[in-house]
Amino acid sequence: MFHFSNIVRTKGDPKIVEGGPSLKRPEDQLARALGWFSIGLGVVEFLAPRRLTETLGMEGSETLVRAFGLREIVAGIMSLSVDKNAGLWARVGGDGLDAAALLSGLTADNPKKGNIALALLMVGGIAALDYRAAQNTKPLRPARDARRKLYPNRSGYPRGIEGARSAARQIALAMKSKS
Amino acid sequence: MKALVWHGKEDIRCDTVTDPEIQEPRDAIIKVTSCAICGSDLHLFHNFIPGMLPGDIMGHETMGEVVEVGSGVDGKLKKGDRVVIPFTIICGECDQCKRGNFSVCETTNRKRYLAERVFGHTTGGLFGYTHLTGGYPGGQAEYLRVPYADTTHIKVPPGIPDEQLLFLSDVFPTGWQAAVQCDIEPTDTVAIWGCGPVGQMAIRSAILLGANQVIAIDCLPERLSMAEAGGATTINFESESVVERLNELTDGRGPDKCIDCAGMESHVMASQPDTLLDRAKQMVMLESDRPHVLREMIYVCRPGGIISVPGVYSGFSDKLPMGAFMNKGLTMRTGQTHVNRWTDDLLRRIEEGEIDPSFVITHTVPLSDGPEMYQVFRDKRDSCIKVVLKP
Repeated sequence: MFHFSNIVRTKGDPKIVEGGPSLKRPEDQLARALGWFSIGLGVVEFLAPRRLTETLGMEGSETLVRAFGLREIVAGIMSLSVDKNAGLWARVGGDGLDAAALLSGLTADNPKKGNIALALLMVGGIAALDYRAAQNTKPLRPARDARRKLYPNRSGYPRGIEGARSAARQIALAMKSKS
Repeated sequence: MKALVWHGKEDIRCDTVTDPEIQEPRDAIIKVTSCAICGSDLHLFHNFIPGMLPGDIMGHETMGEVVEVGSGVDGKLKKGDRVVIPFTIICGECDQCKRGNFSVCETTNRKRYLAERVFGHTTGGLFGYTHLTGGYPGGQAEYLRVPYADTTHIKVPPGIPDEQLLFLSDVFPTGWQAAVQCDIEPTDTVAIWGCGPVGQMAIRSAILLGANQVIAIDCLPERLSMAEAGGATTINFESESVVERLNELTDGRGPDKCIDCAGMESHVMASQPDTLLDRAKQMVMLESDRPHVLREMIYVCRPGGIISVPGVYSGFSDKLPMGAFMNKGLTMRTGQTHVNRWTDDLLRRIEEGEIDPSFVITHTVPLSDGPEMYQVFRDKRDSCIKVVLKP
């Protein structure tokens, strides 16, 4: 991958000879993949809702599918952002909404109920991945009540704070007498 | 050589890269002895500042020893000199440099066409930063090429440890400039938002410039304890109202001078709905900055007061209360730091024992541990405030 970045380097700038290890974990890669998947699915739902409703035998729900498409796009962008955890939890919630909407179409008189069952299966699989990624990408910030080191002796003034204040006062006096 | 290289959002690696070479007569190469991770490096780590490319070497707080000089350095530097490298690359000859406005040097940004498009005009070249400011390789590396080296350096004497001098490259003059921009008077109350390294330096600078009262605002106990040690009265914004406390501490007048050392990534809290909205908009790229601190400063600052902004902002900020700003007659001063304008004075203060900037260092690690320390610093783990890297 770094060979491409070497091509765009300004002439004379250091180029990568050997790449070091990445801190990206498999769960970060999964979050990224889910983010892009979410955007892709969202675009399809937003642009071609009729095709989806026809496949599922849920004609008349196009507006709902469009709204779900927007939701997928937003959750996808969030999953690709620094706050990917929030995006992934938004996706988990969205999976619940998807499942509920699909279940509402799983009626005896729906000739496409086989497709709905398949879609439910897919939503279940994706939801499991979303949940796993959300669990594994929790922010590593210490808890609010975690024990912290304090630095009460780090004033930065070798002559003490009073020394610093008196130096400032002397300068102010000198400037006053000058003016 | 080894260097910390940006590969994308939250992906910095310690790679092996080719050694830098003299390219122009005014270049020098330094062997880096110490470098540091800056708060603004975290904005790059998060990819909030546009214009980074995979393969960019990070780092703009660097010092070391000159190992090679170009033919045009004219004896101003020689092999073996010990130097701190300011993060702003300066030519020393353009109109802005002559005025002392070094961070907006008109010459050194080698990708000025990008800056002119985005900012309206070019600004100076910066080390280890976005391509909007030249995309120069940074100093979190074993060696650094310094362009315009005859002017872009601070010569430092032997006998003083790196740790006391390194921050002349950025955070110390940045905190200092933030305080100087406030025109501090002996009766002034100065309020400082954000107690990271720049905030800590701003606190000490305000004290050294004679402020009557300095108030520091943050939520992390380790940072607040360090701020208190520096002479500040502290406010923990998670447990008390900043506006109420500031008014209490100033008999209802509000602070005369306000300094924003937090910048574009203000803390997000449920009790401050604007921070939630900013975060949501930033996530979906409807806003680049989270300007909660700016809003709060404008609201609480004493009419006629000064707002100083050393914290980094990258693009667009929404819902700034311009009505309050205008009607209160506030003045805002900001900018990247004109490092060399201040460093002679600051070096003298270090030499005379007035201040020792090494107080801010909490972690010193080998360069190869740098990528992990970006995460530790970002997540505020292990009470981390400032990381120094040793190549």
